[in-house]
Amino acid sequence: MNREDFPIFAHSEMVYLDSAATTQKPQRVIDAELEYYTRYCANTHRSSHGLGNRATQEYEAAREKVAAFIGAEAEEVVFTRGTTESINLVASSFVRRRYAKVIVSELEHHSNIVPWQLAGAELVVIPATASLEPDMEAYGRMVRENAGGFVAITHVCNVFGIVYPLKQMIETAHESGCTVLIDGAQAVAHMALDMKALDADFYAFSAHKMYGPTGVGVLYGKRALLEAMAPYQGGGTMIEKVTFAQSSFLPPPHRFEAGTQSIAQAIALGAAADYLRGIGFDAIRENDHELLNYANTQLQPIEGIICYTDSSHVAGNLSFNVEGVHHSDIGTLLDKQNVMLRTGHHCAMPMMQKLGIAGTVRLSFGIYNERSDIDRAIHALKRSLEILR
Amino acid sequence: MSIEAAIGKLRDELALFDDPLEKYEYIIELGHELPPLSDQYKTDIYRVHGCLSSVWLHPYEKEGKLYFEADTDALIVRGLVWMLIAIYSGCSAEEILATDRKVLRQLGLDEIITAGRQNGVAAMLGRIYGYAKEVVGEV
Repeated sequence: MNREDFPIFAHSEMVYLDSAATTQKPQRVIDAELEYYTRYCANTHRSSHGLGNRATQEYEAAREKVAAFIGAEAEEVVFTRGTTESINLVASSFVRRRYAKVIVSELEHHSNIVPWQLAGAELVVIPATASLEPDMEAYGRMVRENAGGFVAITHVCNVFGIVYPLKQMIETAHESGCTVLIDGAQAVAHMALDMKALDADFYAFSAHKMYGPTGVGVLYGKRALLEAMAPYQGGGTMIEKVTFAQSSFLPPPHRFEAGTQSIAQAIALGAAADYLRGIGFDAIRENDHELLNYANTQLQPIEGIICYTDSSHVAGNLSFNVEGVHHSDIGTLLDKQNVMLRTGHHCAMPMMQKLGIAGTVRLSFGIYNERSDIDRAIHALKRSLEILR
Repeated sequence: MSIEAAIGKLRDELALFDDPLEKYEYIIELGHELPPLSDQYKTDIYRVHGCLSSVWLHPYEKEGKLYFEADTDALIVRGLVWMLIAIYSGCSAEEILATDRKVLRQLGLDEIITAGRQNGVAAMLGRIYGYAKEVVGEV
């Protein structure tokens, strides 16, 4: 679906199955970025000439588009460089000095592990069940034991696509007075988000995984929490008044946007949010499910295939291995056949350690993928296995 | 054979393949020639890390020449490792250091020339040059 919106496919015969790493960009997102540079390039929130005002208006309009996209208020949307920076912001400005421990799950990627360690927190790890879902009983016990604590969990696991039962997990955390951050990097392109219904305290995601540009992302935070937080970085445009003796800061979200921002990229992120709303997540989910089911069906008959999940609670990606064959060999030979996907530990070493494997081959899908992409990938996989065993 | 001559020979061999899959089949075959590495060297001290695969590299010096033995868990990386050993093993540290590693680009293999952390081969190359520097006392 919507493949014709993506100019890269007009110039290449490749099969792209690496959207969990980054998605391709539709023309209207590229146009939005280009339009800033060619029509109204100016700095925001400082130059009060016509061009500067236009840039500021477009930048703030993008914030409103993103807010509408996730069911939040514009004041609750902070532009960052991406999921990783969003998490680091919370680690630095909220968790550090407030929490000695952070509860994470066993299926987190490094961006939802290392920032908490850097903030000096000890990690309490929710174990995963045999089906790689969070052990809810253990989780309930952990939040009760750490009442008033901090929980940081993924929405969709980046290696296996497992969708966490977030509504329940957030409710459980709140019952014990815990604050919850959700890493939404792998969810944002696959399901409709509604911050009010979800009731997450913080939610982090990147533009580039939702058909938007690189270099920009979002931290959603409940207004009261953002207001209670100290600035992350100091600089221009985040201040109210500066003297050499002391400075006072703007309210959120601008308090967290020091210096010149990724203006063109934020505006293009607004265009990406509008683009996805236009397509609608019902259609996206349907396409996603069909591709996942089809990929599973096509993989199963391959001799020695090891799949880790069924497709019932999964969104956007799936991982596999082939017995006796190294994942990197598969990745290299698929690449030589013009099939682009990712192999390795996917920046989730603790997850690999749990499974006792060095890595996986991961297929991940975008709205431009079709069954024919999976057919070509499976054909290339079979050819690779003929060479490798 | 000089380092540049060894690279040139491999470059000419690889150039015979039009089909990239056949080229990589050949690289896998080269990997079968890699002599086994004693288990005593398959430890963290000898490990050069990559995101995708790990390489164990044991460098040693004998009569003014540097020798390299290695092992890895992936077939294609094993072939690439064989190539680096064929190029550099048995050369003096001075010879290695006098050769800009950019000459490897003529092999046309992304896996060797992509500066990065992906496959352990680039890290192995770094270790070969690092060991040569240690031997001449630059570090």
